[in-house]
Amino acid sequence: MLIDVHAHFLHDRTARADWRERNASRMRAGERIGITTHVASILGSWGHASPTYFPSPADLVYGNDIMLGLQRQHPDRIRGYVAVNPNYADHALAEIDRCLGAGMIGIKLAASRRADDPLLDPICRRAAAVGAPVLHHIWQHRRRDYPGQEASDAVELGRLAARHPSVVFLLAHIGGGGDWLHSLPAVRELANVMIDLSGSGVDGGMLEACLESVGVERLLWGADLTLETGWAKLRYLEHLLSPEEQELVRWRNAARIFPAGAFSPD
Amino acid sequence: MRIDVNAFLGAYPWRRVPGTSPSAVLAAMDRVGIDQAWVTHLPGLFWRDPTEGNSWLLEAASREPRFRPVPAVHPELAGWQAVLSAARSAGAPAVRCDPTFFGISPVGVGMRALAAACADAGLPLMLAVRLEDGRQRHPNDGAGEVPAAAVRTLIRSHPGLRLIVTHADRPYVEEVHFGSTPAEAARIWWDICWIWGPPEDHLETLVATIGAARFLFGTGQPLRIPENAVAKLDLLDLSAEDRRAIEAGNAAAASGRP
Repeated sequence: MLIDVHAHFLHDRTARADWRERNASRMRAGERIGITTHVASILGSWGHASPTYFPSPADLVYGNDIMLGLQRQHPDRIRGYVAVNPNYADHALAEIDRCLGAGMIGIKLAASRRADDPLLDPICRRAAAVGAPVLHHIWQHRRRDYPGQEASDAVELGRLAARHPSVVFLLAHIGGGGDWLHSLPAVRELANVMIDLSGSGVDGGMLEACLESVGVERLLWGADLTLETGWAKLRYLEHLLSPEEQELVRWRNAARIFPAGAFSPD
Repeated sequence: MRIDVNAFLGAYPWRRVPGTSPSAVLAAMDRVGIDQAWVTHLPGLFWRDPTEGNSWLLEAASREPRFRPVPAVHPELAGWQAVLSAARSAGAPAVRCDPTFFGISPVGVGMRALAAACADAGLPLMLAVRLEDGRQRHPNDGAGEVPAAAVRTLIRSHPGLRLIVTHADRPYVEEVHFGSTPAEAARIWWDICWIWGPPEDHLETLVATIGAARFLFGTGQPLRIPENAVAKLDLLDLSAEDRRAIEAGNAAAASGRP
């Protein structure tokens, strides 16, 4: 089995005319790589009607509905995260209840509000109550603010994780931009933070550093926007890990943190 | 046959990178099936005189037939022309100059003189747009990226110049390619190390729009894991002919030894 814990899909109300081709390409490449499950989210309209990282409630509902539809269309291949914007606190909780109730298996927080902001606490309490992990977009070592997002780094996610020790957090895309060497020590002691290996970065030494910092049982395989980098990391791990350890990264760690029955066969 | 045109030997100054020794790079080549690597002395790129790393590089390459040396040239240091002579004598497939790392203008008098000298010597000139993602670089690592406009300027500066540009992404390649005449564009080769695969399919698009003949297999190892370049080719539906061209044939053409 191979579970991609960080995937995305597009839809007709994004600015991308090629959304069908991109979705099809992800599925086609996934088959070639051997991905058994894409755990995916849709961030509203991806910037078309509201900003990608500050999606409006209406865009979130539309995107989450598309995600639910994909899950129904590919029950053996696609599972969903419910994407929410913590600035709309009541809507976020209602959307979590609606989408997890409809079969989604995790919560996606992007960059609408800093990770250590108290507005995230009700969401995390709900995640704890239902046993859903939280995938949080991270800018590895945010040295300044960037336009278009209120990005968080691992220190800020760590504060949230420390406040909610019963929730499992996925620190998004260690290869997704920024100084990953800053992130790893920031969450080393936080057993409820897993490292998602996705992102376009394929730096020599990055996977070794992940293993040294948090150990193989806290690594999750993912691709995000570049499936070839994900496949490259899998191939590289073959020379770092035993077959049993590779299985942990490929799927067993994911199966452990997502709700029971999220993947078949678990 | 698979030729990695974009590889380095030696330590990186801005962070710890494993596997930078010649033996470790050879082991990585064995691991992913690379027959030959065009290598540059990585620490030298950050020295005030980058050519001081060339003697070590030439010696390392002379001991290992799978390495082909790509010596560094700094065209604003006296006597730089000697590097070209030494490169030719050593059978180098190219020389390189990374102007922003050397602190010189990418289109200044020195670079133009180097471009002309490379053309006259029949040696391609290699340059890297970047070596690391700008979002993760060391706070004191302030060298800029080579602008696409500089590549266009350089290729126009001499009708015989051949350029090998590494670490470029799709928008960069497109800007230069379609901002050049067909004759100019035919003298530029791009390594694939920084070009995205699926689902965005940037490499597939570029092969369709620009042609497989313009691309070279390159990894950026050991700064980047070489598995990445192989994986992106494995995800492309390339003809066997195009794949052979990208993995080896185009490198021979770029180096002037088809």
